[in-house]
Amino acid sequence: MKAYKIIDHEYDVLVVGAGGAGLRAAVGLSESGLKTACISKVFPTRSHTAAAQGGISAALGNAGEDDWRWHMYDTVKGSDWLGDQDSIEYLCKEAPRAVIELEHYGVPFSRTDDGKIYQRAFGGMTKDYGNSPVQRTCAAADRTGHAILHTLYGQALKHNTNFFIEYFVLDLIMKDGECKGVIAWNLNDGTIHRFKSHITIIATGGYGKVYYSATAAHTCTGDGNGMVLRAGLALQDMEFVQFHPTGLYGIGCLISEAVRGEGGYLLNSKGERFMEKYAPNAKDLASRDVVSRSIAIEINEGRGIGEYKDHVHLHISHIEKKIIESRLPGISESVETFIGRDVTKEPIPVVPTVHYNMGGIPTNYKAEVLTGNGKDKTVPGLMAIGESACVSVHGANRLGSNSLIDLVVFGRAAAQRAIELVKPNTPHEKVSSSETDKCLDRFDRLRNGNGKNKTSELRLSMQKIMQSKCAVFRTEKTLKEGVDEIKKPYEGMESISVKDKSLIFNTDLMETLEFDNLIRQAITTLESAYSRKESRGAHAREDFPKRDDVNFMKHTLSWHNGKKVKIDYRPVTLSTMSNEVQSFPPKERVY
Amino acid sequence: MVQFNLPENSKVLKGTYFKDNTGSQNIKKINIYRWDPEKNENPKIDTFEVDLKKCGNKVLDILNKIKNEIDPSLTYRRSCAHGVCGSCAMNVDGVNTLSCMKSHKDINGDINIYPLPHLKVIKDLVADLTTLYRQYETIEPWLKIKEKKPKKFEINQSKENRKKLDGLYECIMCACCSTSCPSYWWNGEKYLGPAVLLQAYRWIIDSRDEERAERLKVVADKLKLYGCHTIMNCTNSCPKGLNPAKAISSLKKMLATN
Repeated sequence: MKAYKIIDHEYDVLVVGAGGAGLRAAVGLSESGLKTACISKVFPTRSHTAAAQGGISAALGNAGEDDWRWHMYDTVKGSDWLGDQDSIEYLCKEAPRAVIELEHYGVPFSRTDDGKIYQRAFGGMTKDYGNSPVQRTCAAADRTGHAILHTLYGQALKHNTNFFIEYFVLDLIMKDGECKGVIAWNLNDGTIHRFKSHITIIATGGYGKVYYSATAAHTCTGDGNGMVLRAGLALQDMEFVQFHPTGLYGIGCLISEAVRGEGGYLLNSKGERFMEKYAPNAKDLASRDVVSRSIAIEINEGRGIGEYKDHVHLHISHIEKKIIESRLPGISESVETFIGRDVTKEPIPVVPTVHYNMGGIPTNYKAEVLTGNGKDKTVPGLMAIGESACVSVHGANRLGSNSLIDLVVFGRAAAQRAIELVKPNTPHEKVSSSETDKCLDRFDRLRNGNGKNKTSELRLSMQKIMQSKCAVFRTEKTLKEGVDEIKKPYEGMESISVKDKSLIFNTDLMETLEFDNLIRQAITTLESAYSRKESRGAHAREDFPKRDDVNFMKHTLSWHNGKKVKIDYRPVTLSTMSNEVQSFPPKERVY
Repeated sequence: MVQFNLPENSKVLKGTYFKDNTGSQNIKKINIYRWDPEKNENPKIDTFEVDLKKCGNKVLDILNKIKNEIDPSLTYRRSCAHGVCGSCAMNVDGVNTLSCMKSHKDINGDINIYPLPHLKVIKDLVADLTTLYRQYETIEPWLKIKEKKPKKFEINQSKENRKKLDGLYECIMCACCSTSCPSYWWNGEKYLGPAVLLQAYRWIIDSRDEERAERLKVVADKLKLYGCHTIMNCTNSCPKGLNPAKAISSLKKMLATN
């Protein structure tokens, strides 16, 4: 292997990723005076938080009475009782404060007549423990994520966060089960950097790109999850992949749930409002897993629309034009740009599309990463937040607008915990070069790949397998096939071809490294799904259509050692954090 | 008469011709600027014959097809592919735009793709936006409130005042506007350019902000603001349909009437 020159850095805390969660953590850390670096493979405002549309949930009560306990109940129910109730309590109780904080940071929220933050209805959000819909989702038109991301970047600038932008983190530096920092590759000049830190916070987002059709960005490759697997640590609940009911047909672009929150509804080829059949109370505002399954059933039973009867219609043309213009301008623009339709006149063709990963790096509500071995032991020096983490507040299914609030609540929690744990200017331990060598060895091997398999071909093969074998509905047969077939693109890496051998902005190599991260997550997702023989939230098994609380009310843990996957389980936390609220015992989930 | 020529090593040469091998009848020629910083070579224009029958509608789909199927070393930034992240800004058919939003069906003849103009090129279509990002920092893009507000409540803002932010807060910082501005080409170090001025105005006009006067003072500079000569390329090129020229003229008006 050619020797790479290494540039060393020392920080108290590292944040890997500069989306909503990473930036919120970085703001808290920089504000505290800890020496903080935020490393991101893209300029912060390019992060995928920018694509979040509908809003951020918090029981502010600006549009009628609301209570964080109701929000908590909805989230527990939405999670199909796989969410940890202590963490969910923390999320919902902290939510209003977190949204007010964002507003004070400058987020341009839409407003009510009396000048307060505008809140809209969203799927699964109810008042009085499931009784009737509530307007809890705080919105900046339909560009809430964009508004929050840009505002948080501004705050990070205000607090002089040290950014390392367009640095691609390759791997964690682990020593005796503790995280000591990361190795990163600077795309702009091709240099290799070793960042030593007392705490590393992973905020690298989801891995939607394991699928062929996803609302996720090209960059949503779950790099942090890949690093965690390579470090010999576990990922949790990987089988729970959210399909958003309304991805733009043929394009995959997100059409916000806000469309239904503002009064839009779904129709099949017979012109029926079919959601009335599947969710008599909540109808089109049932939770996402329910609506996605309903659409899939309509399509499977021949009531889909179009030449191939493979999508349904989302209608909003009955909504007042003024409302559409003020509250849904972004989706109007997207539909116009991508399929040339005017939403005020024509319906939007939609289909369930991969959107969010409930699974990820297991953590407690302080964002500390769990080893998965023994009783909730933590990994010293390692934290995870945002979509890359599995706290778990979303359990088996996330409610719309609960992801943005997850980012800022746990971004702040991580910063606070790090502040408790790290004394500024604590000297760094010496780390042997073996970890760095191992990491650069992989880097160098992939860079010099002269085999016969193009990264793009292996990626496509993986995406097609995931799309067909691990979709909205799953069976023993499809999952077994998936588990077997996915080995092929993984083994294909042994003979990978990377044409570009350079070091400066080598996106050929970067996509190969991203693929190395993706494929491990595809494998653990399939194996986790295959092992869970029940239906819960987003994991719908046709052969096991019922939820099985006796055998499967537990989190799946999966390890991938480079050859084999190991599956294990840990219990769901049913107890709450405080006595301000009672635990919600499992019951049948109907909307 | 004085003659100005590009230095020898900056001359753009003819590059490789990638011929279609699918036998498709629906071929489009795509000419793309290539430059590799690690090779001691001039920039060049590679031509790719692309089968449009099996390609999405946008220019980004063409680039992805080339990268996936023809030349994996083609380098460009991309992320969301839906016009919200601002990564894939480049010059397509002579106009700065987001390649994910630009339909190739609107383009007659060959398609010419270059990096955003008048920036240092890092590689192929990837341009260096560091200066613009630094300028963005100088306008201090965060809400300034003199006293700590009670943490329990939002700062009220009327619908009317909130409406003043529409057409501004949507900016995704893709830099299409600034890099289409001749004034920014010549004085990019000193003139803030339309993207950053639009952002400056976004905070100045926010009714919640309490340092409007100070903010105005910062931009009221011969070059920072008045480098704008109302050429309007910015507004023409904005892929999000925003109007930076109007924001700049609003700033000038505020200064003139204050």
